[in-house]
Parts: sequence; structure tokens; C-alpha cells
Amino acid sequence: MATEPKVFIPDKHIDCIGLFCPMPIVKTREAIHAMGDGQILAMLSDDPASDADMQTWCQIAGQELLEVSREGGVYRFLVRKIR
Amino acid sequence: MERRGAAPDRVYFDYAGFAPVDPRVLAVMRPFLEAGIGNPSAPHSLGFEARDSLEAARAKVARLVGGAAPGVIFTSGATEANNLAIRGVAQRSGDKARHVVTSAIEHISVLNACRDLEKTGGTVSVLPVDSEGRIDPETLRKALRPETVLVSIGAACGEIGTMQPLGDIARITRAAGVPLHADAVGALGRAPFAGESVGLDLVTVSSNDLYGPPGAGALWVRQGVKLVPQILGGGQEGGYRSGTENLPALVGFGVAAELIRTEAGHGEPARLEALRERLADGLAASIPYCRLTGSRTARLPHHASFVLRGAKADGVLLDLDLSGVTASSGSACAQRTGTPSHVLRAIGCAPEEMEGSLCFTLGRWSTLAEVDAVLERLPPIVARLRALGLPDPR
Repeated sequence: MATEPKVFIPDKHIDCIGLFCPMPIVKTREAIHAMGDGQILAMLSDDPASDADMQTWCQIAGQELLEVSREGGVYRFLVRKIR
Repeated sequence: MERRGAAPDRVYFDYAGFAPVDPRVLAVMRPFLEAGIGNPSAPHSLGFEARDSLEAARAKVARLVGGAAPGVIFTSGATEANNLAIRGVAQRSGDKARHVVTSAIEHISVLNACRDLEKTGGTVSVLPVDSEGRIDPETLRKALRPETVLVSIGAACGEIGTMQPLGDIARITRAAGVPLHADAVGALGRAPFAGESVGLDLVTVSSNDLYGPPGAGALWVRQGVKLVPQILGGGQEGGYRSGTENLPALVGFGVAAELIRTEAGHGEPARLEALRERLADGLAASIPYCRLTGSRTARLPHHASFVLRGAKADGVLLDLDLSGVTASSGSACAQRTGTPSHVLRAIGCAPEEMEGSLCFTLGRWSTLAEVDAVLERLPPIVARLRALGLPDPR
């Protein structure tokens, strides 16, 4: 039986287009810090390094990277605040 | 020489983060702030004097780089020079499919300027490094393509101190007809450097790295290498960097370049290296699970960087600071994001080591007593932090 694809509704959006490392991570960290546990952040970035950076940061910071998608040169990350 | 700096009683080992400005440099700068000799483009006698002073500074910076004076383009610092080199050369090529080669341990201003090219259709090859941070010139040769417009390799890595075989790299880029850019911050004035004769085409210089004022730098460009300017305006600096030149800072920059070049001829790099060796040997002997990162031999003489197991750098640095010692973790970016530094990842550091990165950079006013103070104060700090219930460093 096919499972329904999960749709996550972000509680907050931040736009980091045009910014480079370390700013997408710095702004993500600030935004997550101000959110409540379980809430979801959507972050947009066109820094080619942000995919690898976000994977590493989420792992180290203990946050859940729910989804990474890419449209053209723009990445969209969905992060759930765990702690 | 009189000890300078904001906190003369402290042990200061963060010269790469900020170097105190030499008092002789300050003395030369002062009249340029107070006496109206400010604008090198002004059509009066004070303007002519300003222009002469600017050109004298240009000649001094060129001598340090080992290149022709007209090739010096003054900028606001090394970051701007790196941007001008990479974006300027790449944009000039006209081809949207342009390809640039760099390495995994470059300064973030080099890496981000390269990534920006990727956004507009360019491609970037990021060369790997070995466990000491050295690039294999053969790997670089294989990375070159017909559409390669620039190779950008730092002369030395600011985080782990490793120097690159620039001569070998330049032979390859020259043979291929591809311009070679080197960010020479850290290396200039501390290691033998002959930009033009070694085959470099663009060289980044920082004033503060030479005990000159912050907010000044330069890109030296070999005659014939074409750039697209990144700052447009009144056409100063040969049209390659508009904006009235920061004359007091640039005059200071010139004097700083001359001083460090003279000092290098009188044994200062060897003095710094002896202090560094004492620090590296002493810490390796007195702190278990502490090892030097980067190359021991092909290394900046004033640079010592370590990774510790079982203790986090931010805790160690805070305790060191409280004990009167200023040092750094080597990477401002990593400190801001809490993620491991790209340099430590590239040299294959174990995950449990990456959080314990310490960087000590020595300078003109560093003494044996300062080194011995670190050797005395750091081991008990690390032992105490390790005892606070963190996992066994093994």
C-alpha cells in the first residue's frame, strides 16, 4: 500500500538567498533558537555549499532535517526544532 | 621594542586574528590624518604630495610581493582583493561556462567568490588536500580544462599553517597558460616570496597581517592579466578599484611592508619559528591526546595549531582568556555556526577532535616568557575540563 507523502507546514520562513556560508547557518540557528520545540522552519538558500552545511549543522545541533528540495539554483530546507 | 596593544599585560597569541599596529607605522600615518595631505587625486600641492606618498607606498608593497609596482591595486583588505582576483578574472573571460580551480582549505572569501561563479553557470573544482593540508600538484594538473580561467591557491593556510608548493603549482599553470592567484596572507614577510619570478599572476596582501593598519590591503596583478573591476566610480587605482584611496592607511601599509621585509632579512622568521617549536613540543609533551595540525616542516614560522580530544575549544579558550592568554580556534566561521571548520574536515580530522581546535599565532612582540606562560597555564585547564565528565579522550 502506498503511503501518502507527508506534507509539512512550516511555522516560520527565512530567506537567505544571496547570502553565503556562514550566514545561512547563522540565520537558521537564530531562527530555530526563537522557535518552540516541534515547530518547523523553512529556509531558502542559493549558496551551493548550503546543502552540505545544513546536513552537518542539523546533525551537530541535534535538529531534524525533514526535507531538502531544489528548484533551479535554490535549495529549500525544512528543519524541525527538536531541542 | 616597546610592547604595544590594547592589553599589554596579556599573553597575546592571536596575531593572525588581529596584529597590533607597529608604533613606527602609526608615527608615519599621523600627519596624513592631521595635515590635509589626504586625496591623491586633488589638483593642488597637497594632492601632489598625497599622490607621491601613495606611489611610494605602492612601490614598497610591490617589493614585498616581488613584483612590478604598477601591478599593485590597493583595496580595503584581503577579502576584497580575493573577490577582485576571482570575480574580476572570471568575468573578464566572458565565457559563462568558465571553470575555476581552488582547494578545500582556502579562506572563506576565496571559497565564497568561487561558489558565486557556480550560481551564474560556472564550475569550480575544489582540490582535496592530504592529512597535512598539502595540495598534490599532479591532482591540480589533472583538474585543468580548456575552459579553466583561473587557479586560486593560498600560499599558506591561516587555520593550520601549512604552506603550499607554489613554485611547482606555478610551473603547471604557466605551462597551461592559466593565471594563478595566491592569497599570500600569513606567508608574505615570513617565508621567502618572489611573486613575479615564481610565476604568480595575482597576489593578495593584507596590511594588518604585516602589523599595518586594518582596513587596507592590495591585489598585485602581473602586467597583461585583465580584470573586470568590482567597485565602480571615479576610476582610482587604474580604474580597477574606484573610490578615493585611504591614504593614511595605505601609507602605513607601505611602511609595514618595508619593515617586515627588512625584519625577515634579520632573522625574525627564525626567532618566531624557535618560539613556535618550543610551544608545539611543550604542549605535545604535557597534554595527552593533543596533536599539531598541518605540516611540521612546510609551515608558517609563527603558526601553531592543535586539536585536543575530550575538551571543547570554546571552554579551553574561555579559561585561557581568564588566565590572561589570548588565543583562537582558528576559524571565525566555525565559531559562529557551531559546525566543524571546513579545513579540519578537509584534512580528515576525527569528529571528536574537531571541536577541540586551538590556534596560536605569534608575532613581533612575542617572547619566550609568553610561550612559557602558555606551557604552564594550558595543561591544567585542559585536565580540569576533561575531568568534568566528558567522555574519555581515547
